[in-house]
Amino acid sequence: MTLLYALIALGSLALIFGVILGYAAVKFRVKGNPIVEQIDTILPQTQCGQCGYPGCRPYAEAIANGDEINKCPPGGESTVKKLSELMGVEAKPLAGGEQAEPIKTVAYIREDECIGCTKCIQACPVDAIVGATRQMHTVLIDECTGCDLCVEPCPVDCIDMLPLAPTKQSWKWQLDAIPVTQID
Amino acid sequence: MEKLLEQIKHGTVWPFPGGVHPPQQKSQSNSEKITRLPLPDKLVVPLKQHIGAHGKLIVDKGDYVQKGQALTSPTANWSVPVHAPTSGTILEIAPSPSAHPSALPELSVIIKPDGKDTWCQRQQVSNIKTIDHDELINIIHQAGISGMGGAGFPTYVKANTDKKIDFFIVNAVECEPYITADDVLMREHAVEVVQGIEIMQQLLQPTLCIVGIEDNKPQAISAMQKAAEHNEHIIIQSVPTVYPSGGEKQLIKLLTNQEVPSGGIPADIGVLVHNTGTLFAIQQAVYEGKPLIERVVTVTGNTIHKPGNVWALLGTEIKHLLDCQGFSPVPQQRVVMGGPMMGFTLPTVRIGVVKTTNCILAPDHNELAEPGDEKACIRCSACADACPVSLLPQQMQWFAKSKEYEKLQEHNLFDCIECGACSYVCPSEIPLVQYYRVAKVEIKEQQADKIKADRAKERFDARKERLEREQAERQNRHKRKPTTKSADEKQKVADALARVKPKSDKDGEKSAVAAAIARAKAKKQQGEQLEPDNSDVAKERAIRKQQARQYKEEKESQGSSESTDDKKSAVAAAIARAKAKKAAQQNSAESQDENTDSAPVDDKKAAVAAAIARAKAKKAAQQNSTESQDENTDSSPADDKKAAVAAAIARAKEKKRQKEGNNPS
Repeated sequence: MTLLYALIALGSLALIFGVILGYAAVKFRVKGNPIVEQIDTILPQTQCGQCGYPGCRPYAEAIANGDEINKCPPGGESTVKKLSELMGVEAKPLAGGEQAEPIKTVAYIREDECIGCTKCIQACPVDAIVGATRQMHTVLIDECTGCDLCVEPCPVDCIDMLPLAPTKQSWKWQLDAIPVTQID
Repeated sequence: MEKLLEQIKHGTVWPFPGGVHPPQQKSQSNSEKITRLPLPDKLVVPLKQHIGAHGKLIVDKGDYVQKGQALTSPTANWSVPVHAPTSGTILEIAPSPSAHPSALPELSVIIKPDGKDTWCQRQQVSNIKTIDHDELINIIHQAGISGMGGAGFPTYVKANTDKKIDFFIVNAVECEPYITADDVLMREHAVEVVQGIEIMQQLLQPTLCIVGIEDNKPQAISAMQKAAEHNEHIIIQSVPTVYPSGGEKQLIKLLTNQEVPSGGIPADIGVLVHNTGTLFAIQQAVYEGKPLIERVVTVTGNTIHKPGNVWALLGTEIKHLLDCQGFSPVPQQRVVMGGPMMGFTLPTVRIGVVKTTNCILAPDHNELAEPGDEKACIRCSACADACPVSLLPQQMQWFAKSKEYEKLQEHNLFDCIECGACSYVCPSEIPLVQYYRVAKVEIKEQQADKIKADRAKERFDARKERLEREQAERQNRHKRKPTTKSADEKQKVADALARVKPKSDKDGEKSAVAAAIARAKAKKQQGEQLEPDNSDVAKERAIRKQQARQYKEEKESQGSSESTDDKKSAVAAAIARAKAKKAAQQNSAESQDENTDSAPVDDKKAAVAAAIARAKAKKAAQQNSTESQDENTDSSPADDKKAAVAAAIARAKEKKRQKEGNNPS
């Protein structure tokens, strides 16, 4: 009889806790993986696919699942550093041996050579190219992320990736060299 | 406040932390009067010489412009105009090297002077009391005045503040070594500067105006005191000579014991600071109608034969300034714009004087040594002692080197005024301030990148959504097509009907109603047709029922004598009814056939079959009844049976005959 009481008591306890846990699992369910969001905000959102994933978010998901953090060339060293801090792993040099600080570029369409095939428009991940069939296309420089994805599909090779010209705001003081010119 | 005012009037100053005492080097250039340079061969006037956007260009290449004529008109975003410094022809409007350490090209108007120096139409104001606030602001704006101390903030924006200003401070400190431009300006034009102060007093209505002058400029102090004697709201305050007491926030602390909050502006604490040169320019603009086209520039350094201050037209090339003052360059000569502490080495001397150019320094190698190699930090903390903003320069240096920008921001990097005191005192010759400058640009760039990345993400998501939607639409097109089309067709038919109806009616107004009625009628008719027309079937059914009843009566009359048991008779009746029904159906078929007179053989056969059936039924019934009788009586069953059979045969025969008689085929 005592054994029966014990079994009933334990069984009912198990039931109660099971119900509580079940309720909590439904009520406090975490939608998606929050770490993916955090990784995604660090990535530069060029959507270039140089990491081997179709866009920044898929790569963020891959990192969350344990992929390497050094596959983002447009992000450069600073992105790798931030990711290493977030993920608690060691910062590695960029895969592929690119230079530490990538040169920022924007696409430029040589407009007199453009045949208006719209292939680059379809390739652009951020809709930064405007144009229509048989109409000249052009790039919205402010929206271009410099991802290179439009260069490959162009059948007449009229797209160049040009480095962004420095402005007074983006110009950096040279620490090691003070420019010296001969005074006439 | 009362106590504070009392203290200020008493001459109290509140020293700020840190500061350095570099050699003054002012005596070379402040002994002579300001000279006027001969007109240069050409003037390069950049459109943007201040903080903010440049104005809209209103002249063209080849135009003849008069002295003081506006070259641009101000638009939005703190834009101030620039003016032609002398009369002449516009040679070109093209990008030229700018007065910036990078010398990045800036769109400039290049003017060839005609030597006549003819002024354009000027509007002079004799009494400022007669003009209102907005008009004064407009004069200052149209004169193209921006801060001439260094930063180049548009003066009209500052003067038009809606905050209550308690203290209007005139920055006449000029704490950088070598520079004496403000010093000599005050010596020679103290009256004009005080008039400029009075214009600002009218605009801002401050409680007190304090002119801060370093105690190494006694002549300027006495000149200003004399000029401001009549105005009791102006106090000339002598401040100790320490670099960087000319920093805006340092001067506010020094004169009023108030501190500008981090990230804030002086107006937040009711203080506004203007440079002496700016006030002189305001006076010239209001009383003389002269826009800002020239300024005092100190040309000094050991390689200059006649160091001193000159009135330089804006746009005068630095080379012209140097040549006029006598210049014998040394190998690897550096020419610095600004002072030795905060100035920058010019990449080329083919750069025009701008509104913020206060000094051109051409030192030889003895007076301003080339920076040596950077050595390791020895953690002497001299930089922290020198910092006027009480930052931790040494700590920030580590973070800047390792690019830990978040930590730099936590250490208030953006409160750094880039005065260079830390670099000046560093025994290891670490260019600390340059590290901070680079870090500031990097952080700003990262912030811009972040904004751009967010925008790119937004656009990418929008595009993805659009592509998905388009694909879904393409897939659904096949499915949805037939249904939508049939519905369309129905609508078209209805429309057509509606169109046809009013044509006949010729009643425009009622046509719609008529069409609706017509549609309703059509629908009703359709409905009726759809319902089965069962009047014929009902007739048939009635005939069948009648026949069945007849047959029943007949049967009952025949078998009522024999059948006594109700139960048995009921069963027999049921069977008979079933049979009768069958027969009736055949009969009805016959009746239909009667009209056509076709297939008489069939009729016959049917009749025969019916008769047989009836006979059989009767037989069965009789047997049943006889059996039941047998149970009770058991009397001569065989006789009964035989008799019944005989009767049935007889009846059948009779019926046959009758039928044959009916059908005389």
